[in-house]
Amino acid sequence: MIPVRLVDQARPEIGFSVDGQAVTARQGDTLLAAILAAGLGRVRTSEFGDGPRAGFCWMGACQDCWLVVEGLGARRACSTLAEPGMKVIRR
Amino acid sequence: MSVVVVGAGPAGVRAVERLVEAGIRPIWIEESPDGGGRVFQKPPPGFSRDAKALYGADASRAAAIHATVARLRAQVDWRPGTLVWNLRPGPRLLNTQGPDGTKAEVAYDRVILCTGAMDRALPIPGWTKPGVTGLGAAQIALKAQGLAIGRQVALCGTGPLLLLLAWQLTKAGAPPALVLESAGWARTLRAAPGLAWNPVGALRGLAWRAALRRRGVRIRTGALPLRVEGTDKVEALVWRDARGEHRTEVDGVAIGYGLKPETQLADLAGVPFSFDGLQRLWLPERDRAGRTAVPGVYLAGDGASIGGSVVAELAGTRAALAVIEDAGGHVDPLETDMIHRRLWLEARFRAALERAFPYPAEHAAAMPDETLLCRCEAITAGELRGTDAPEVNRGKAFTRIGMGRCQGRVCGPAGAEVLAAARGCDIRDVGRLRGQMPVKPVVMA
Repeated sequence: MIPVRLVDQARPEIGFSVDGQAVTARQGDTLLAAILAAGLGRVRTSEFGDGPRAGFCWMGACQDCWLVVEGLGARRACSTLAEPGMKVIRR
Repeated sequence: MSVVVVGAGPAGVRAVERLVEAGIRPIWIEESPDGGGRVFQKPPPGFSRDAKALYGADASRAAAIHATVARLRAQVDWRPGTLVWNLRPGPRLLNTQGPDGTKAEVAYDRVILCTGAMDRALPIPGWTKPGVTGLGAAQIALKAQGLAIGRQVALCGTGPLLLLLAWQLTKAGAPPALVLESAGWARTLRAAPGLAWNPVGALRGLAWRAALRRRGVRIRTGALPLRVEGTDKVEALVWRDARGEHRTEVDGVAIGYGLKPETQLADLAGVPFSFDGLQRLWLPERDRAGRTAVPGVYLAGDGASIGGSVVAELAGTRAALAVIEDAGGHVDPLETDMIHRRLWLEARFRAALERAFPYPAEHAAAMPDETLLCRCEAITAGELRGTDAPEVNRGKAFTRIGMGRCQGRVCGPAGAEVLAAARGCDIRDVGRLRGQMPVKPVVMA
């Protein structure tokens, strides 16, 4: 499950980190798109032990893609754009 | 007079437009960074596709909505990136959270809620795995991010969005591996006379289907997803149709059976709800102008009842006219009559669509016990069935279903089907989950 970059992907590259690991994204990627397209496979782990999660609705409604951005606190990955230098921590 | 419009989708845009024409400067609150709503969502800055590529046959309507937003922003108190997380009807106050987390109280004399809709989910075993999204979600991934959710994607749903998305993905170079339409042909044909209320819309659906067939896209009707297989990611979808059970290897699955309105703020306002047998949902009551029983609270668009973007534009205009009228302003009865007639026609078509492409309620009711019905709290359908809860709010108290971060937005309708079937009663008799503030999680200072 790695999203396929289909169209409109000639945007400038930006770098940020996820759990300390360097990730390359494109300007305008949401954190959800950037993390999944980088092949990281999840944006969080269910606190109830049922495994990895990567959101569902992509529109800020289902609340299943929360992660932490250093300096910004808890954010929905689907409604937060990746910014250069961001430090993301998955739960 | 303080007028607030919540939402900048098609309904909110047309409401604000009409208020401004009447000399009112509303406070306009939108959760996203920009207007357009989900249907006409714009990609973030940096993307270059034009309206035709993004919105297809609706490109000119999308462009008109975007241009109207751009024009109106300077004429109103525009507050993008702002969540309304509570509404208190007594003191007529909204609680908001701005883009930087700042909380504010916004007083209103009249508020038009244009809160939009989201995918109506059908939980199946494995649907919490990364790689499974809503159907509308998969469309947002394509529209706003230029992505397909996987390399081999199965689309599961019913109605116009299913074929539209299949066609949009195909045009973008990623035809879906499998399209499962839950409605059978017999049902669609029975509804055909009603679909003729909107011949253009009905023909569009047929044209998409024909184009997909020509490209070799596998479409199955009367077909439903049974479970998603894989460890920590999607590896296959097991599904069934009239010919039996099948397994298809895929790495992405999108599931969405129509839309459901975001009614939480109307609920907090104390608007009475009634059960709509066609949509099979509890909907806030309003008159044809969008007035509710709660003083100062008006509803428009898909946030009140699913009607689509054309209806939303009309209903937004109509609700603004109701605000103007109720505040003692003049409204042209010819215009309101014309809006009512167009809304009536659209409602006929919508009713036929609901009959042709219903929510697969029996399939939801029969979901296996091990299905994680509630994603937030990881509660299974079996746990809900195991209670003796007579209605959904007791079910929530017993199991925490619907108590999590999403407040039952995602699991609510399917959960009600499960509980009603377990109790052997009508879906109406298990009621609906009551809304609680904050309607979405807010950041604590």
